[in-house]
Amino acid sequence: MVDIIEIIYLFILIVCSVAAVRMKDLLSSTVVLGAYSLVMAIIWMDLNAVDVAFTEASVGAGITTVLIIAALSRTTRGEYVPGIEERYKTRKARRLKNGALFIVTLCTFGVLVYGTMDMPNFGDPDAPARHHVADRYIEKSHEEVYVENFVTAILASYRGYDTLGETSVIFTAGVALMMLLRRSKS
Amino acid sequence: MIETILGKYNYWIYIALMMIGFYAMVAKENLIKKVIGMSIFQTAVFLFYVSIAKVKGGTAPIEWHHSHLYDNPLPHTLMLTGIVVSVSTTAVALALIIRIYKAYGSIEEDRVLVLEKEGGKGE
Repeated sequence: MVDIIEIIYLFILIVCSVAAVRMKDLLSSTVVLGAYSLVMAIIWMDLNAVDVAFTEASVGAGITTVLIIAALSRTTRGEYVPGIEERYKTRKARRLKNGALFIVTLCTFGVLVYGTMDMPNFGDPDAPARHHVADRYIEKSHEEVYVENFVTAILASYRGYDTLGETSVIFTAGVALMMLLRRSKS
Repeated sequence: MIETILGKYNYWIYIALMMIGFYAMVAKENLIKKVIGMSIFQTAVFLFYVSIAKVKGGTAPIEWHHSHLYDNPLPHTLMLTGIVVSVSTTAVALALIIRIYKAYGSIEEDRVLVLEKEGGKGE
């Protein structure tokens, strides 16, 4: 009933994410984030989401890491660590702020866990998300789109407008990047 | 009680991951750390969606004559779109950070705010 392998992977995920957040050296943090993405791709493989897994392995683990390293090469590598004196002076304020934010995070966690109580169990075949339109895609996509892979059929045909929207988001991001990073003449 | 825990512990671990990213986004002063936190948050949300698609005993959503039950292909499709959009978000955020570093010489949020208040070094 309990999948040991999946639990081990999820544990690695938690460790990687905490390490990525806590490390002072931003380059190591980025590399750990890449490892996190790769383990995430393995979990998706385990959950039978093969298309999502290889997209994550190439785009999430590859391109995101490269982008962050490129940004680091143009800024600074180390997180700013205040000197002992300054740290001592701001200690109280810092502790108060981090404590308050930790409590906020904990409350959000509680509310979200409470929200899962109404959800169907993991892997439940009768879950509502599993039926309705998804059934139709599985039954009809072969005769309507002539593609064996349902994900491809939905992505390119049934929900083609979503993909068009995605493409326009990438285009907008590209234009924004060009405007932000162009060299000013002054 | 036991049944609830066994049926839902996956979701709780995903929520814990989301909260790690969320904490990094709100509590860290370093802007790149915030981007890393955002990345963790987004990936955890995708994981949550993909897990909704999983059916016990289901096979990958690719037509196969031995299969009698497929996983739900719809969340997979949506998350494919989501991953690409999240990379676009990250790219724009990093470009903004590079600009901030050029203008203020720092990528720490509190220091940038102090410099902004002094009104000196902005472009």
